[in-house]
Amino acid sequence: MDFQVVVLAGDTSKNLLPLVSKEVPKALLPVANRPVLSYVLEQLELSNLKDLIVVVEGEDAAIHVGGWISNAYVDRLHVEVAAVHEEVGTAGALRAIAHHLTANDILVVSGDLVFDVPPGALAAAHRKHNAVVTTMLCPAPVSGPTESGSSGGKDKIKKPRRYNIIGLDPSKQFLLHIGTGAEVEKDIRIQKSILRAVGQMEIRADLMDAHMYAFKRSVLQEVLDEKDEFQSLKEDVLPYLVRSQLKSEVLFNGVPQTEENGNEKVSSQNNQAVVSRIMANASTPSFHELSSDYNGSTHVRRIHKCCAYIASESRYCQRLNSIQAFSDINRDVIGDASHLSGYSFSAHNNIIHPSAQLGTRTTVGPHCMLWEGSQMGDKCSVKRSVIGRHCRIGSNVKVVNSVVMNHVTIGDGCSIHGSVICSNAQLQERAVLKDCQVGAGFVVTAGSEHKGESLARK
Amino acid sequence: MQRNGSVLSELFSASQLYHCNKTSPNLLSSLSDNRIRSAHFNNETLIFPPPPSLSNIMDPRRAPRTVSDPKVRKVGFFTDPPDRSLPGPPDHPISSFPTSPPSTVDNSPPSAGNSLSPVMIPPPRHSSSILSRLRRDPAEFFPLPASPTASTSTSFSDDVAWTMKGRGVAAASSSLPGGLLFDIAAIKSAASSVPASGLTTVSAVNNLPIEKGGGVAVEMQDDQSSRSKSLKEKTTKAERRALQEAQRAAKATAKAEDGKTPAAASGAAASVKSGKSLKPPPSQKNDSAALAALEKKAGDRPPEKDRKKEFPQPRMQFDDKSRVEKAKRRAVVKQTEARNRVELFRHLPQYERGTQRTELQSKFFELDPVHPAVYKVGLQYLYGDICGSNARCIAMLQAFQEAIKDYSTPSEKTLARDLTAKIGSYLSFLIECRPLSISMGNAIRFLKNRIAKLPLTLSELEAKATLRSDIDRFINEKIILADKVIVKHAVTKISDGDVLLTYGSPSAVEMVLLHAHELGKQFRVVVVDSRPKLEGQLLLHRLVGKGINCTYTHVNAISYIMHEVTRVFLGASSVLSNGTVYSKVGTACVAMVAHAFRVPVLVCCEAYKFHERVQLDSLCSNELGDPDVISKIHGREDINFLDGSTNSENLQLLNLIYDATPSDYISMIITDYGMVPPTSVPVIVRDYRREHLWI
Repeated sequence: MDFQVVVLAGDTSKNLLPLVSKEVPKALLPVANRPVLSYVLEQLELSNLKDLIVVVEGEDAAIHVGGWISNAYVDRLHVEVAAVHEEVGTAGALRAIAHHLTANDILVVSGDLVFDVPPGALAAAHRKHNAVVTTMLCPAPVSGPTESGSSGGKDKIKKPRRYNIIGLDPSKQFLLHIGTGAEVEKDIRIQKSILRAVGQMEIRADLMDAHMYAFKRSVLQEVLDEKDEFQSLKEDVLPYLVRSQLKSEVLFNGVPQTEENGNEKVSSQNNQAVVSRIMANASTPSFHELSSDYNGSTHVRRIHKCCAYIASESRYCQRLNSIQAFSDINRDVIGDASHLSGYSFSAHNNIIHPSAQLGTRTTVGPHCMLWEGSQMGDKCSVKRSVIGRHCRIGSNVKVVNSVVMNHVTIGDGCSIHGSVICSNAQLQERAVLKDCQVGAGFVVTAGSEHKGESLARK
Repeated sequence: MQRNGSVLSELFSASQLYHCNKTSPNLLSSLSDNRIRSAHFNNETLIFPPPPSLSNIMDPRRAPRTVSDPKVRKVGFFTDPPDRSLPGPPDHPISSFPTSPPSTVDNSPPSAGNSLSPVMIPPPRHSSSILSRLRRDPAEFFPLPASPTASTSTSFSDDVAWTMKGRGVAAASSSLPGGLLFDIAAIKSAASSVPASGLTTVSAVNNLPIEKGGGVAVEMQDDQSSRSKSLKEKTTKAERRALQEAQRAAKATAKAEDGKTPAAASGAAASVKSGKSLKPPPSQKNDSAALAALEKKAGDRPPEKDRKKEFPQPRMQFDDKSRVEKAKRRAVVKQTEARNRVELFRHLPQYERGTQRTELQSKFFELDPVHPAVYKVGLQYLYGDICGSNARCIAMLQAFQEAIKDYSTPSEKTLARDLTAKIGSYLSFLIECRPLSISMGNAIRFLKNRIAKLPLTLSELEAKATLRSDIDRFINEKIILADKVIVKHAVTKISDGDVLLTYGSPSAVEMVLLHAHELGKQFRVVVVDSRPKLEGQLLLHRLVGKGINCTYTHVNAISYIMHEVTRVFLGASSVLSNGTVYSKVGTACVAMVAHAFRVPVLVCCEAYKFHERVQLDSLCSNELGDPDVISKIHGREDINFLDGSTNSENLQLLNLIYDATPSDYISMIITDYGMVPPTSVPVIVRDYRREHLWI
């Protein structure tokens, strides 16, 4: 279908800091014991997209990611892993690999997306309108654990309510305005020309830009070449394209016919004009065409279309870009969106690996996952949590709404609420954690109580 | 057959309904058909074409024709094959050929200024074994109303003849599929005891079973029903009756022959008895005879096969469950059929748009065999982004051009064969998005023909270049140039002070208007529009932009606005060889009103859209649009009264796309071969076909 797929795996993610490390880049963060990248790759594979380019920031991370992909997807996918410099941003990453892009359209997917929206739908919308860029919008996730309402006041966990301010035309197909990042909190500035052309704009704050885009390659490359200062697709390139859609500075107008009629005589050019007029008259015009009509269509129309595809409410789509999102996604993947995990759940709605050992009177509730080789002592209780491989958990331990990665040792009488505990961490007896993150290899001393803290080795 | 029978009954109830609507809505309660009643309960908003054109759909030629030409009252539906063997009982109309060339021309208003001499319908060029016998005599071909005693054999073969003639999708062929074979067998069994030429004897015997076979028939019914059940899971009542009648007739003839010898002198009671006692053997004989006939039929296949080569298969009938199942398995995209379909239009495909769209979109990357350009065009068809048959045709051809450009022959395959197959797969994808229009069908025939005619010596590159330039040539000559010629002709019909009416947004008419305006003619345009697409508004927008004086109205007001109109210019999706204009729904209504007001109706249609099919009504072959668009009015939540009831069992929404305007209402067709009366269409189809599609 003439599409190339670029997976951007691993932008610099300071807001995930205690969780990610040199050994575990963001793309390999485990979500229900699978790297988050695997969700993207599998969804793409489902859509019959098997030639992928995975772009990773940093050489080391690239080696890790590449190693994992070649292990997991040997013979199934044809993946090229490209390493780019750190801190170049998403736009910079694409700039770096621009010479690999050959297809007409490029599908750019963020590697930290956990979704089940068919990418084909996005691509179809893109093709249908011959758009320059099409972005996927999904309903903004309800953040925070549903149970423990008392989210800690720390800024790590606190998330902005609104992700994006998005302006749509009445048919909800075209993107008229997008405010991202810091703009969200400020006043909204909307261009008069666009508003005048469309007549009506719907402004939504409940949608989130899912960071899955279809770009027209030639436009993307042109923009990347000309605007050196653009760092991020989401915050620079997309708003730029949306802003300039009625006074396009990109050269072509999406009418590829111009090159074709060079070979014939003048009369055939006239005919071409007639043909294009018939076609234009017969097709339902978007506001772009109408607006240029009013202005007098003598000069060449300089417009391009920016489209949006809105995923339906029933689909799951969330980005893993914060610690809160990390625990949300973990909870959802073994809970509401369990079809994503690819595991088969037991009758109790949980997964307990056969090699896991449970002590007496230990209960593992629904929406839980207890993986290979983990041991639990007596009288433990696990609710809505994920526990990784080869963990040793003592007696009388409560784990609620938490993620425990691999090789973690938890002493007797610990209580863990809404926390993330990374690999090789150790919790000594009677430690109480609430809304905390424990970095890899960190040791929590016995009897200590923490609330809403990020604990990591200095 | 199953369909035909039910359609017949539907038609009666529907037309009855229409009368009711006209006279008093209270009468509705007297109707027996519950479903239809509820579908029509709000005639104004629900059924998109409004009443006048509805009447046209339901009963194509009611008022004007019945008066002028009594025989046409009978036209419209074919009798069931079993009925054909009987001399038409009053409630089973004998189908006959509708056109009578001279009269149509006379009918056209004098102001049409028709300078061309009317052309007689020539004898058709297709000759098959069955046809040739009949076609020798035109009087037989057009059974005259003056000879009501036309022998049944004529009317029967006439039907067959025109079934053959209709190209595949034709009206008549709708009676062909599925049950037909079986029914033919039944007829055969009816006729098997009689010499083939002696169909008339059946008519003599017809009355017999009414007194005699009463008891027999009841018992036979059981026998019959069990048999038909075993043959087919479900048979409709109409089908069973048809079968039963055929059987009864067969038995009657058999008995008539038998009865002459033993039981001729016996009384009525005795004959009933003997009938009862005799019953089992003949019925078994009948069965075996039917089977034998079936086998014989299969044995007789070769000519049938030849015929198939010459004429494409009839379009799939979507009420034929087994075929639909088969087609579904083949389909690229899973489609859910709409649940509440109008009974009369069950044979047309209708899908749930919502699921179809999401399915098609999410499958984007899995549809690898479909070229992106073709995919895009398909999607645009599906969403209605491209409409108008010229535009759709051009879009398709340009997509194919792209596809051919990117095509490369796989090793060990020849370009001609592989490319034809490829185009075929693209087509099936496009058809899944939206049924092809007739103009597209013609263009495809042209393209396939060009591929087949490619010299083998050409290299792949040359062949591709040839094909692409052929497509360009087709677009330029058959559409663009044709439009120019049409404009040139049509402009002569516009004089200063004229008020021109047009309906919808026909591309050719628009060019005519613009050109006339450029020539400085002073005229006014009435743009008539209709829901739900409101294409006329776009046309209006463009015309007003050029400074043309316009009036805009909806088709509901057509009778009001027609007073001031001096010419009606219409576009067409196709013109069929009986002069019927197949066009956007509502066109028939406009043409009829214009005819009633003695306003000349000029149809602008490029000759590549002509088709040799014959169609008498808009039931047999049509297209169903998305029913949701007529039940909902966008942006007017306050008047969307149907929101809750669209899922109701009792409500069926009908959104027809096309209708057929009988040639009586058309004064002239402006085409690239000049201005011709509708009766000359078959001449153009026949004589210019080869040149036309370069076949």
